[in-house]
Amino acid sequence: MNTLQNFSKGLVKENPVLVLVLGTCPTLATSTSISNALGMGLAATVVLLCSNVVISALRKVIPDKVRIPCYIVLIAGFVTMVQMLVKAFAPALDAALGIYLPLIVVNCIILGRAEMFANKNKVFDSAVDALGMGAGFTLALSLMAFIREVFGNGTFFGMPIPVLSDNHISILTMAPGGFFVFGLLIAAVNKFSAHKPKKQDFGCAGCPSAEICGKAGCGKEAAE
Amino acid sequence: MTKLIIILLSAVFINNYVLSRFLGICPFLGVSKKLDSATGMSLAVIFVMLMASAATYPIQVYLLAPNGLGYLQTIVFILVIAALVQLVEIVLKRYIPSLHKSLGVYLPLITTNCAVLGVTILNIDEGYTFLEAMVNSLGSGLGFFLAMVMFSGVRSAIEAADVPKSFRGLPITLVAAAITSLSFLGFGGVIENLFA
Repeated sequence: MNTLQNFSKGLVKENPVLVLVLGTCPTLATSTSISNALGMGLAATVVLLCSNVVISALRKVIPDKVRIPCYIVLIAGFVTMVQMLVKAFAPALDAALGIYLPLIVVNCIILGRAEMFANKNKVFDSAVDALGMGAGFTLALSLMAFIREVFGNGTFFGMPIPVLSDNHISILTMAPGGFFVFGLLIAAVNKFSAHKPKKQDFGCAGCPSAEICGKAGCGKEAAE
Repeated sequence: MTKLIIILLSAVFINNYVLSRFLGICPFLGVSKKLDSATGMSLAVIFVMLMASAATYPIQVYLLAPNGLGYLQTIVFILVIAALVQLVEIVLKRYIPSLHKSLGVYLPLITTNCAVLGVTILNIDEGYTFLEAMVNSLGSGLGFFLAMVMFSGVRSAIEAADVPKSFRGLPITLVAAAITSLSFLGFGGVIENLFA
């Protein structure tokens, strides 16, 4: 796999949000406005890049048995750094993202990439993978935020749009709208994806944490 | 007392963790297929939420905050929760095997659950006292339970429905979640005015 393919798979083919369906919590919660979505995407990308590079560099040092706690500590450290940077230089974004900023720690995309990619690949490849996945996450988040802000609030980056601002569907910016737009986007991806849509479900198949949790969430039949 | 009731009810209905704060979406979508697994998972979440809040609140208030270590909150909390979940699992396995049998499989999944980390951080952010923090955790857990049980009912109805091809699986589940969430929107403003 060359570098370009490695980068672009995160954007479309293995988009973390729309195809792998990871990191749903921040996607739904922070996509109410485009600037929030970009801020969240950027923060998660920085954490992902740092954690992927460090985990990949340490992949021969970290004992296999305690790798998950090690990853969580590393990720939590980077999240704390990002949190402090955002607080210092973008206090408005910090207020808008609120609790979802520290919750990047438990974002499945980051632990997932560490487990699926960074602990098996070289530092440079892991960095490229992190940038691709981060860009894919930001892209999907912005797309959702674009729909929710333009139609739900009638604004674009906070600027009112002539006709839409008088006829906005405000439910789209509220909680139900988040679920609804996300559902429609995934349905659209299913419809237009070139390959036949595989039986998509929210199960352990696509979940990177499946090994960690012993497929606990998938009901008894899957665990056996 | 009134404040405690308001905290409890608003955590269950208005600021429902799943349906209005979007925390714990993964188990909400993943484990809600069957009623028994939905119940087991939510009971484990209530249990861990209470334990985690009881453990992290004193750490923040008596250890981190007075020593100017507030910035370590995220790292310390996630480690405490992870260690706590392991500990609870070991203790349950040894002393209450029947409870371990029904909740045990869900415990490891909860370590990386954003609802648990979320409730511990929110307890601090909101400036609750210890009692209020515990009530808030209980309410959040009960809200999670309510959403899970309700949604597993909705999902069993979807199973029988004829869904357009592109919407099969996850998309229709999300649209159903949107409608369930819409029903909770109706609680907004009710609880505050109940005691006014």
